[in-house]
Amino acid sequence: MKANIVRDSLRSFGAFLNRGRTPYIVSAVLLVLGTVLVYVSPRSIPAFLLFAIAAGLSYFLNMRKSVKLALAVLIAVVIVPILGARNIFYLEVIFQIAVFSALALGLNIVVGFSGLLNFGYMAFYAVGAYLWGFFGSQQPFLLHAIPGTVPPGTKFFLAPDWFYIFIFLGVIVAAIIGLVMGLPVLRVRGDYLAVITLGCGEIIRQLANNLDKPLNFTNGPQGITPIQRPSLPKELLAFFNRLFEPLVGHDVTANQFYNIMFYLIAVLVVVVVIVVTYRLEDSKIGRAWAAIREDELAAQAMGIPANKLKLGAFAVGASFAGAMGVLFAASRTFVSPESFTFLQSVGVLTMVILGGIGSIPGVIIGAAVVTILNVQVLQSFSLFLAQLRQSDAVIPIINFHWKDLSNQLDPSKYQRLVFGIILILMMIYRPTGILPAARRKRELSAPDSLDVPGDTGAEDTGAEHAAKKGVDHE
Amino acid sequence: MSGLLRRNSGSEALREILLPLGRMGVFVVGAGAVFSAIMLVLALLCRGSGADKLLVDSQGINIVTYTLVNLPQVLIDGVTLGFVYAAIALGYTMVYGVLEFINFAHSEIFAIGAFAGVEFLIGMDRLGVLKAAGPMGSYMYLVLALVVSMVASGGIAMLVERTAYRPLRNSPKLVPLISAIGVSFALQDIIRLVESLTTGQFYRVMPTFGDFDKRLPLFSIKTGQDSTLVDIQIKSIVVIGAAVLMLVGLNYIVNATRIGKAIRSVAQDRNTAALMGIGVNAIISFTFLIGGALGGAAGLLYALKFTRIDPFVGFMPGIKAFTAAVLGGIGNLTGALLGGIILGMLESFAGAYLGTFTMGAFGSEYKDIIAFLVLIIFIIFRPSGLLGEQVSQKA
Repeated sequence: MKANIVRDSLRSFGAFLNRGRTPYIVSAVLLVLGTVLVYVSPRSIPAFLLFAIAAGLSYFLNMRKSVKLALAVLIAVVIVPILGARNIFYLEVIFQIAVFSALALGLNIVVGFSGLLNFGYMAFYAVGAYLWGFFGSQQPFLLHAIPGTVPPGTKFFLAPDWFYIFIFLGVIVAAIIGLVMGLPVLRVRGDYLAVITLGCGEIIRQLANNLDKPLNFTNGPQGITPIQRPSLPKELLAFFNRLFEPLVGHDVTANQFYNIMFYLIAVLVVVVVIVVTYRLEDSKIGRAWAAIREDELAAQAMGIPANKLKLGAFAVGASFAGAMGVLFAASRTFVSPESFTFLQSVGVLTMVILGGIGSIPGVIIGAAVVTILNVQVLQSFSLFLAQLRQSDAVIPIINFHWKDLSNQLDPSKYQRLVFGIILILMMIYRPTGILPAARRKRELSAPDSLDVPGDTGAEDTGAEHAAKKGVDHE
Repeated sequence: MSGLLRRNSGSEALREILLPLGRMGVFVVGAGAVFSAIMLVLALLCRGSGADKLLVDSQGINIVTYTLVNLPQVLIDGVTLGFVYAAIALGYTMVYGVLEFINFAHSEIFAIGAFAGVEFLIGMDRLGVLKAAGPMGSYMYLVLALVVSMVASGGIAMLVERTAYRPLRNSPKLVPLISAIGVSFALQDIIRLVESLTTGQFYRVMPTFGDFDKRLPLFSIKTGQDSTLVDIQIKSIVVIGAAVLMLVGLNYIVNATRIGKAIRSVAQDRNTAALMGIGVNAIISFTFLIGGALGGAAGLLYALKFTRIDPFVGFMPGIKAFTAAVLGGIGNLTGALLGGIILGMLESFAGAYLGTFTMGAFGSEYKDIIAFLVLIIFIIFRPSGLLGEQVSQKA
């Protein structure tokens, strides 16, 4: 029982960390250390990882809620913008983490809470992005233009500050599309539903790709650009510079400040999403979702309107993605169908599954880990290989020149492999994720429920299964 | 294996060979006739419309003649595509029939088959034997390449089942599905890694050899002053012939041999089959083997027809073949054949006529959307497909 030794020592270590004042000291020390390291060497990845871990650890330690909250606000509003102003790349990473956290939380409502698999989740994100992409650019005046051409003097359709309204519009429109895409749940469930969502997602992407004629709505594969960003409050920029200039070391330009602003908006949206998700999970609706997920027939027999609630799950999940889509379009000033492929949908699913289906902190950690893996670790590995390629280094024993390494070996392009391996391994060894939802943990700690013999070929019947589940829930 | 492949009786075996051939003929002719009739009615309805005028102005023929003239070529293309889809769809449908599980990685098994066969032919080409081969020789190499594809794909399919699906066989239904998605993505990049490390390019082009690219003229249609030639590429004939052989062979294995009987019994009730002394795991492995082998052969046929392949080549044909399987009734071999032919026809008709009939507003790029719509509509309104019986859904 080697695993038990590891688990026990981890548990005693955790107990040690959580004793008395230790958690406050530990998180303060780690946070200061991480911040200083990132501040001193803005390009070092280990420093950033330490910072990320320090920020994440504060959540799990046994501290007073108010202290945790204060720490979170301090990190989000003060430390990250300052560090980000010193190295904009981190801000980009954290911005992406925030965006994907919101997406993963939205997908989590569909997959985790109500147990419906959705392979076309990026479609809702696309709806939000194209909503602002269309109305926030010159596109409404270009309906009859040849795709890719802009007659000189074309005005923007709306004033830039409509963006804030469109975040709410994105929520509503995506929720409506979610309802439409969810309609098949009235008749279909299980794997067939998953395939339908895949089909719907692909249809929306193909429409984005092809709707440049007869009327040029989406500008086809080239995508829509430029899309407006909300106007920058000059006073705020001046204020930020006056306050933090000595710390940042240089004046922050308007363009850099846009990054900070989008980051703050994203954090705000994520906070709203988290609050909504928590409230939903603990509500009557959340419990009804769990009931449907565990046994739909029994839930219906108890008077739960399963169809309505499943549609609701689709709509709520979609609405988060819609809001983030609007934000994404504005922050990139560019949307194209390339950003909304099946690969991206599976990426968000990977985050949910890695973190823990149905677990809110788990899903956020999943989003953070996968995003850091994608945009930082794989990228820097690529850079490292590129440097090796340019050097004269040789692997000694087999006498391999790094120069001869194929240009195609670019780890940052192998996202599929990463997603695929994560999915397979998680499904086989830890289907509940890194940080399982409390409820699932309880279910799985019951004996026999995760016993997967695999070679008997025995499949328990529905009645047996339901009975076993019922026992597990005691 | 000889004992397992023993046939039941002579006449029955003959029946199992002739019956699917007859069905294929009926399906091809029937689907072709129905599609042609619908298209003609549409053309007649569209007389005098803007599309009609545009055609008269640009090509000097009205829309009915245009439809008629293009019909034979469209039908030939549709049948070729349909048989490729049918061969892939069989892999989905067999696995679904036995395990009630959508093997998402089947599209990558298909891609692996394509790459294995094409790599073999490229190797032969480099050795110079391909160019030197006579007409019979080129067919021999093609058959060898098909065997290579089938072995590679069948082997990988079995391996995938053993490593990624078997440990999850008794988990909730969505767990192996997610694992299958993972396998599908991982395999795409593994193919890409292997191919790009060996040459620096991750796509491959089928070497040209033999007379597969030659077109056999069939007949020509006179319309006023000029005439349209209807022809068929030799490779289309090869694709159809090979697919027909494979379909008949599979049908024979499943319906007329002992191992086929074992497969059917495992599909019907795994526990009872195990009690009757059938090695359930071996049978499931075998199912993946032949499903994968068929998919691999289809991959090579696809490469022969479309020449250029890349690691992501499997996704669209895979989804469409799955659509075909659902369309015909998943779990039903005959249904997969029917579904494949219908979907191939639908796609080729959409590709050929959609642009003209809508005056360029919606072009052939909408054929994918049409396939997805067919999939969604069938799953929602007739999940048992055209031929399948009502299957209960286990969530």
